[in-house]
Amino acid sequence: MGSSLDVARWQFAITTVYHFFFVPVTIGMSAVVAYFHTQWVRTHKPEYYRLTKFFGKLFLINFALGLVTGIVQEFQFGMNWSDYSRFVGDIFGAPLAFEALLAFFLESTFLGVWIFGWGRIPEKLHAGSMWLTHIGTVLSAYFILAANSFMQNPVGFKFNPETGRAEMSDFLAVLTNKVQLVTFPHVVLSAYMVGGAVIMGVALWLLRRDAATGDAPMYRKAVRVGAVVSLVASLGVIISGDVQGKIMTEVQPMKMAAAEALYDTTSSAPFSVLSVGPLDGSRASRIIEVPGLLSFLGTGSFDGTVEGINDLKVSERELAQKVAAQYGPDVAPLVAADDYTPIVPVAYWTFRLMMGAGFLTMLFAAMALWATRKNAVPQAKWWGLIAIATPFLPVFANSFGWIFTEMGRQPWLVYGLMTTATGVSPSVSVGEVWVSMVVYTLLYAALAVVELKLFLSYVRRGAEPFVDPATHADVDEDAPLQFAY
Amino acid sequence: MDALQLVWFGLIGLLWAGYLVLEGFDFGVGALLPVLGKGTDAEDTEKRRRVMLTTIGPHWDGNEVWLLTAGGATFAAFPEWYATMFSAFYLPLLLVLVALIVRNMGFEYRGKRDDATWRARWDAAIIGGSVLAPLLVGVALTNVVRGVPLDAKSEYAGNFFTLLNPLSLLGGLTVLALSLTHGAFFLALKTSGTIREDARRMGTTLGLATAGLAVVTLLWLGFATGSVWSWVTTVVAAGSLLAAIFANTRGREGWAFIGTAVTAAMAVATYFLALYPDVMPSTLSGGRSLTIENASSSPMTLTIMTWAAVVFTPIVLLYTAYTYYTFRKRIGTQHIPEPVAVS
Repeated sequence: MGSSLDVARWQFAITTVYHFFFVPVTIGMSAVVAYFHTQWVRTHKPEYYRLTKFFGKLFLINFALGLVTGIVQEFQFGMNWSDYSRFVGDIFGAPLAFEALLAFFLESTFLGVWIFGWGRIPEKLHAGSMWLTHIGTVLSAYFILAANSFMQNPVGFKFNPETGRAEMSDFLAVLTNKVQLVTFPHVVLSAYMVGGAVIMGVALWLLRRDAATGDAPMYRKAVRVGAVVSLVASLGVIISGDVQGKIMTEVQPMKMAAAEALYDTTSSAPFSVLSVGPLDGSRASRIIEVPGLLSFLGTGSFDGTVEGINDLKVSERELAQKVAAQYGPDVAPLVAADDYTPIVPVAYWTFRLMMGAGFLTMLFAAMALWATRKNAVPQAKWWGLIAIATPFLPVFANSFGWIFTEMGRQPWLVYGLMTTATGVSPSVSVGEVWVSMVVYTLLYAALAVVELKLFLSYVRRGAEPFVDPATHADVDEDAPLQFAY
Repeated sequence: MDALQLVWFGLIGLLWAGYLVLEGFDFGVGALLPVLGKGTDAEDTEKRRRVMLTTIGPHWDGNEVWLLTAGGATFAAFPEWYATMFSAFYLPLLLVLVALIVRNMGFEYRGKRDDATWRARWDAAIIGGSVLAPLLVGVALTNVVRGVPLDAKSEYAGNFFTLLNPLSLLGGLTVLALSLTHGAFFLALKTSGTIREDARRMGTTLGLATAGLAVVTLLWLGFATGSVWSWVTTVVAAGSLLAAIFANTRGREGWAFIGTAVTAAMAVATYFLALYPDVMPSTLSGGRSLTIENASSSPMTLTIMTWAAVVFTPIVLLYTAYTYYTFRKRIGTQHIPEPVAVS
């Protein structure tokens, strides 16, 4: 059966990773669809209208799942992690409430306007409603990442012995947490990478299929827009990721040590690209090593010293004891753990898979730009595989990045303040957590199949032929709507 | 209890009221799909269903955010309430989530394939979800007011079946019935042709059934935990429901819809006035009830949240009003375009 802690953790992992398949697609694609729509309004070139409609439809198929799985996320904190919610709700709840009030309303309302707005509202406002939807998704990312950053690097709080919980002391500090300031660009730019990659992959597949038709220039344009978005965003992802590595080394050194399976504190520490074996500290298992690179990633200097897991184990224990002594007997059990080491192979491999998938996306985007220059259509058969792989790669890079950052924090739930084991709901039985786990997993699996098949059907269908929306303007009261459910 | 705690108790009541007023009608429309969506033949049936779904199309997603905001605001303003409530109502909330998931997917996906089996399955998801969600939300809210067994640490000490007590089930049925009536009045207001007439006829019947259920629920609750003010709102809720039914029979569809909106809001007000000064009373002797005072956040969090609410709520209300204004036109079967979908 496992403990309810284990099941609740698996459930959080499954539902969150699943939810985050759709989130970056939503953030990234809404921007590109808004761009196509704006270009249509500005130029009235049919290809922009068709691209808006086509990618808009794909966007909506994806958005539906992102939305419904997001509701589960907000409820889950209270359902499975009530002791966590109790202890940090004073700080953690506020960004969630802000997210609902500032972001969800904006996003949902204006997406409704966009979906049903065809022929019913002025076209500038219509294109604007997709931009507002996009702004909503970005704001949403800001607040939820502020909440997550508090878990990585708790700031702006004080412990109140009277209420026995952490309370807000500085909301601005929570919103401008240094982890947050670098995580936000990293995550949003990664989402643009995904959005660009989906557009590029889909359009590339259609460009090759319809190379001989009049639609080729339109799809070629979409390939290039998607590839440019992905490529430019990926440069930002690398820069923000680099800064993130240094901040992580500073505030969560254990995570960086686990990312390299570095057991002993080392100066000019190497970074292993690949390795074999158990990652238990034996250096012989590394296959390709770049000297000094880990030191550079962590400290900005190839000669820098990176602390190893063995030393950090001791210092994390000291940290816990210090926190327990400072805050008293209420907090002591929250910070106690047998071992403060995360699961090293998980941290090691997700870190590399994240970067590997990200770099491949960059490579494919650059290749696609090169191969479509001067009206060329990529002919070789393997381009079909690239078209299929490109949308998935950055999505998985996002997943690996999140698994790394969350698993690398373990056993902490809030770093230095509360372990994951102490956050779980005491009144919820393991049977109940199992029931919800099975229900979500089966439901999510079924929905994934339905959504993917539907998505692919619409891809195969391609962009609809152009029908000038001005020709069925609302002259007749009883004329059919341009869009209805 | 300081003023901000009270303000947030009131605001959370307001969010729940907003939720039941707004998503209430789209629950009703979804649940009435098999009844009011029944036409003279298969083609008419399909068109009627599409008319019904199109009336709520631009709105249901925004309406649902009221629930998310109620949840988020409870988390921020009353973390203990959020923690206890969401872990206590574990299985009902799971069912609410499943209901919302399948019905939302139904709205978005139903028209995406031109295939009768596909549509029939999503119709079942929309109908099932639209019945189950208000029913269970009603059960959960009634349990909050009625009280549940909480131990000395305010942890839930009951099980799933504790929640299925007669009063709460009645509360669930009342919320469902009110949503159906509210949905029927919404359709009467937003459609044209035979759906409009059918919705009006059905609205009266549903309204009378709702009145019966609501009176029993509110009286029961009133005698159990009521205050002077909760009796006032009970009377206003009952009066506005009767006025709504009357307006409906006289063909005043706008007033009928406003009437059930007021009823829903006043029903929530009654719940919150009956709840005051608790937020989640314990039915166990020796149990620790959660109160506005002991469940709330720190003054700083409440202050920040208050500023956010003061600045942003009017903006949200403004653009929400804009969407209702934009999509104000009545829709009839003649407005339904050919399905544009893959097969």
